[in-house]
Amino acid sequence: MKNNWWKILSVILLIYVIIAGFLIDVPALPILHETIRNLFFHVTMWFAMMIIMLSSMVSSIKFLSKFKMSADVWAVESANTGMFFGTLGLLTGMLWANYTWGDWWVNDPKLNGAAATMLIYLAYFVLRGSMDDEEKKAKISAIYNIFAFTMLIVFLVILPRMTDSLHPGSGGNPGFSTYDIDDNMRLVFYPAIIGWTLMGVWILQIRVRTRFLRMKINANV
Amino acid sequence: MYKSGLYRFICSAVLLLMHFIAEAQESVNKIGMADAMRESGKIYVVVGVLLIIFLGFIAFLIMTDRKISKLEKEIKAK
Repeated sequence: MKNNWWKILSVILLIYVIIAGFLIDVPALPILHETIRNLFFHVTMWFAMMIIMLSSMVSSIKFLSKFKMSADVWAVESANTGMFFGTLGLLTGMLWANYTWGDWWVNDPKLNGAAATMLIYLAYFVLRGSMDDEEKKAKISAIYNIFAFTMLIVFLVILPRMTDSLHPGSGGNPGFSTYDIDDNMRLVFYPAIIGWTLMGVWILQIRVRTRFLRMKINANV
Repeated sequence: MYKSGLYRFICSAVLLLMHFIAEAQESVNKIGMADAMRESGKIYVVVGVLLIIFLGFIAFLIMTDRKISKLEKEIKAK
């Protein structure tokens, strides 16, 4: 239990987010109406995704400095978990877009940037799959992973700010201000980011432990 | 194995939830449409459904977590 407090914290935060996310008063905005509540669910998927991808890059750097295979396992499973959150982010975003912008996909820098990011990480898995030698695979994919995260920042953070976009959080240096949220919503939004991220780390940890078990079994046979 | 604090916490949470639902149903029989679960366009029902699904996911995640812990112990013992 001592080492699992953050799992409990994640569950408590998310229970709070689910209850408060549906029930607090939100600002009445044109077009968005009640869908502004998606902020607690759709937007936080991307925040969790970016934090987990950052951890993937950090693991890759760790691998390159110490050449420990365990760091490579953390890197690849972080990327897996990040892709899971990214996929959820894309799907929820498409549903939201259909009911606010009128289409499942609009040609927008933020949306295309998100799609490009997902493809870059898919290429990471293709790259890994193309090599048999475990050490070589780990080294080359670790280097690629650092570039992948750099491109994630470019596509999700920098490029959308250079142009105008339908998507909030683009154009100039908006911070959180253009999400049209009030202080009431921040009380749910920030715990939601922490809660979903911790949930992602939990799933990530389970995947990593499974892989370590597999490695130990393979080493014994 | 199921005597941990977390298990007890989940059990009490579920029992508490059932208690509230039972209470809500009692008040339905007494005064009809005025209970909390039917306010605000019945949004509380959706919140309840989502909570049940979420807690189900968490329970499943905890069970998977424990299974792996058990395997880790077994392999360590070998």
